[in-house]
Amino acid sequence: MSRKTSEPKETRITNHPILTFNRGKKVTFYFEGKPMQGYLGETIAAALVANGIKVFRYTEKHKRARGFFCAVGKCSSCLMVVDGVPNTMVCMEPLREGIRVERQHGRGKL
Amino acid sequence: MEIAIVGGGPAGLSAGIVAARLGAQVTVIDDNSRLGGQLIKQTHKFFGSRTHYCGTRGVDIAAILEQELRKTGAEIVLNTTVIGHFQPNILGLASSQQFTKLTYDRLIIATGAYENNVLFENNDLPGVYGAGAVQTLMNVYGIRPGRRVLMVGSGNIGLIVSYQLLQADVEVAAVVEALPYIGGYHVHAAKLRRCGVPILTSHTIKAALGKEYVTGAVICRVNRKFRPIKGSEKRLKVDTICLAVGLSPLIELLSQIDCYLVYIPELGGLVAWHDENLQTSVPGVYVAGDVSGIEEASTAILEGRIAGAHAFLSLKGRDANPEAEAIIHDARQELAVIRQGPFGEKAARGKKQLQQYSPARPVIPQ
Repeated sequence: MSRKTSEPKETRITNHPILTFNRGKKVTFYFEGKPMQGYLGETIAAALVANGIKVFRYTEKHKRARGFFCAVGKCSSCLMVVDGVPNTMVCMEPLREGIRVERQHGRGKL
Repeated sequence: MEIAIVGGGPAGLSAGIVAARLGAQVTVIDDNSRLGGQLIKQTHKFFGSRTHYCGTRGVDIAAILEQELRKTGAEIVLNTTVIGHFQPNILGLASSQQFTKLTYDRLIIATGAYENNVLFENNDLPGVYGAGAVQTLMNVYGIRPGRRVLMVGSGNIGLIVSYQLLQADVEVAAVVEALPYIGGYHVHAAKLRRCGVPILTSHTIKAALGKEYVTGAVICRVNRKFRPIKGSEKRLKVDTICLAVGLSPLIELLSQIDCYLVYIPELGGLVAWHDENLQTSVPGVYVAGDVSGIEEASTAILEGRIAGAHAFLSLKGRDANPEAEAIIHDARQELAVIRQGPFGEKAARGKKQLQQYSPARPVIPQ
């Protein structure tokens, strides 16, 4: 384990002393229209973080940025628009091939 | 359904295994895509309990329990959230775009707990994570939450997740702890110290820095009353702030069912009053695991066994399977042993306090 490195690291862990990650099929999805890659079996939120995306939505009143917080479908910090459906909890929603994921502004419209 | 179990973590799985083996029809409902609850992100080996998976990693315990449950033929409903309760004995289940109802005879609620937050400036910025979320990202999906992390809280979760961050090749700038001493097991703290991670007791986080996401943190010393000491502020360059400041029971469903709730700080806040069989003030409704009071996986497993066996017993009678009473008896004894230990003592106090309340004379908690 090297701990003090300054060179950029991959977000995805490839070498781990205990765990091996059996990632599913590689798929393409779109974040704000931009193609990104993730793996089947992971959540949309996980795939976004792996692609360096930190801001998931902006709040209604103060336009504050919100990101990934609880990962268990409880805090509503990660609500996004997925294939046009607002208020999708991306920390619980499985990643699928070709889905369109967008940041949600405010409450989202149906 | 004879016995419905909400939550497929260690408590819910154990309850399901016991009740189904005894001979009840069981359904386990979970909002995740896989069973195991928080065990699936726990890569450390368990200790503390001699008889319960001591030396086994949490993720492996999850696999063992899942296999045992599947062998019983119990019904397992995944990717489904229980979003409401209707009279009498009906659960409302929501899965993607679909709503269904489930009628039950006995209900075991094992919904677990939710990460606490703490007050500091900008605590809503992206990059501020609950410790459980960091574990999920790293240990389930193999994704680093960031490059350099400030850990808030030195309880066992804070210490273990810090070490797991190091294992994932993420730098841990420091662990801050408001108390004047380290909260968790020293064996975990020692591992961190050996790796050069400072554990700053009597320290807290004052602010997260950054506009759109975390670019740093301000920490400071606190006095004995946990007030910040002026002039002691220090800036840390981090991109992630991980909060490991305790958990609160997820009591929403119990509240809706109108179970008598009592505020017990030692158990993590509001919990449903329950007797020694884990039955709440509403007959036929049980709790097990963290939702009944924050503890750990081994106590959750034992509580699950008691709730599962008692739900069976109350439904089918003692003649249906004499084993049920023995299971309850053994699990109670093992629980008593665990709660005698230094880290079980707090929960034991909480559970004892709970018994001073009575659903017959409910006190509205302040």
